[in-house]
Amino acid sequence: MNNLMMIMNLKKSGIMKFKISNEIKLSLPSLLWLLVFFMIPTVIVVLISFKNPDPFGGIGVGWSINGFSDIMNSYFAVILWRTVKLSLLTTIICLLLAMPVAIYMAKADAKIQNLLLLLIVIPFWTNFLIRIYAWKTVLHPEGFLKKIFFTFGLVPENGSLLYNEGAVLLVLVYAYLPFAILPLYTAIEKFDFRLIEAARDLGSGAVRSFVKIFLPGISQGIISAVMVVFIPALGSYVIPDMVGGPDGEMLGNKIAQMVFIDRNLPKGSALSTLLILAVILPGLIRIFIKKSNLTEAIARHKRPKVMQ
Amino acid sequence: MKKSKFTFIITVVVLLFFYLPIFILVINSFNSSRFGSVWGGFSLKWYDKLFSDKTIWHSIKNTLIVAGISTSVSMVLGTLSGYALFRFKSRISKIHSTLITLPLIIPDILMGMSLLLFFIALKVQLSLFTVILGHITFCVSYVAVTVLARLQDFDFRVVEAAQDLGASPGIILRRIYLPLLSPGLISGGMLALTISLDDFIITFFTAGPGSSTLPLQIYSMIKFGTPPVINALSTLFILITFLIALLYQRLNMRRA
Repeated sequence: MNNLMMIMNLKKSGIMKFKISNEIKLSLPSLLWLLVFFMIPTVIVVLISFKNPDPFGGIGVGWSINGFSDIMNSYFAVILWRTVKLSLLTTIICLLLAMPVAIYMAKADAKIQNLLLLLIVIPFWTNFLIRIYAWKTVLHPEGFLKKIFFTFGLVPENGSLLYNEGAVLLVLVYAYLPFAILPLYTAIEKFDFRLIEAARDLGSGAVRSFVKIFLPGISQGIISAVMVVFIPALGSYVIPDMVGGPDGEMLGNKIAQMVFIDRNLPKGSALSTLLILAVILPGLIRIFIKKSNLTEAIARHKRPKVMQ
Repeated sequence: MKKSKFTFIITVVVLLFFYLPIFILVINSFNSSRFGSVWGGFSLKWYDKLFSDKTIWHSIKNTLIVAGISTSVSMVLGTLSGYALFRFKSRISKIHSTLITLPLIIPDILMGMSLLLFFIALKVQLSLFTVILGHITFCVSYVAVTVLARLQDFDFRVVEAAQDLGASPGIILRRIYLPLLSPGLISGGMLALTISLDDFIITFFTAGPGSSTLPLQIYSMIKFGTPPVINALSTLFILITFLIALLYQRLNMRRA
């Protein structure tokens, strides 16, 4: 009996070991790859931001905070503010435009749904740079849009639609709108519209049932839409580079300028570290909110028990 | 149904917004004038210039090499990873899934910058090879996430049934896993391929001399070169895209 138990135990532990090593075997290749080519490089960026540049465009010896103190001035503050402002505006406009489109798609019949999905995705199979270049021709000072705007008196004759913040915002919305539509569409398609009918039957107004029932019901879709628009927008480089001009520069342009023109890698790394912080901050806030929700829930749950 | 009329109008406006610049670009590719605003008559000279430009064809070759290698490697790594993430829930898998999702969220410029500094720190010469390493890094995540999503509807009782009936692991892999997982594998690979073909920023940071890909070539043409040639190139691109989409739609319809 005892022997049998021992054999069973051995077998069990053997199976356990087999399972663990199987997991490691399967996970290790991608884990190692991302560790070497993603995690370590990110840490290197943060480390190099505390270095001095050497005169040859490389990295000097010793540690310093010059990279950061060099960018603590009003010039970079303006760029940073513009980056956050344009990304926020892009996110808001994308959500406002994507919501009706996603609702229309979710309510349409299957054939139209597929057609619309295809129509939305196709332009984005063409090269990213080519799409931005297309906008450059549309907004060009000699382009037709300028002429139309001019005849309606919307722009002065020597005014330009290109090379300003507005142009950057327009093309950012153009580039990220499909990324907002798709997650919203997925969420809305799963949403049960009978819930809204029920709310209306029970006397809730149209706006109230939209805000109280519909929006919470598709919150996951909204969160993913915000994530896939806001965070990449923060790191925009090509769009402000091509249609922004000096008045439309964003953080990404400054990073590239430090690397390719000024040859000051530590300063470029300091700017990248700022961007890393800006990217992980919303995530951290979300975790924090979740935790406080959790503690609140626990507190709420426990109170009656204590009172009993 | 006041609401659906409103959503319909916005949908049409958004689609017009999507297609307006592309439409103008296609027209301008046949415009003999150098400037997009003036119609200088119909001409195919930009297409002619495009086909005689050797640097473009060299960069297309580079793009295909990079996309081919990085898609194949990332399909292997990403499939293993997606499967591991699905099958096991442990502390390792938590770290693993964070590492897989992060590259999908962070801006490209951060990944480009960090890879560049990594190669500089290790004194690795930038080349087509470093570009491929960078592309694999972001492609793995796309494949892993797609495979993982497909696995959610995978019925593991099929595998158990096969085991009960005495199938060997090799047969199970070939006759059950591969056929059932192949849609996920193919769509993951397609996604990785498209993103690799289209990537500019990470390539821009990790490319060395002579390793210019098509997006890099397009960038320098927009910045310093002959824009009308790009119109011609883009029109061909759009034509190919539409043909593939149409073909895909036909295949899907036939299957249905």
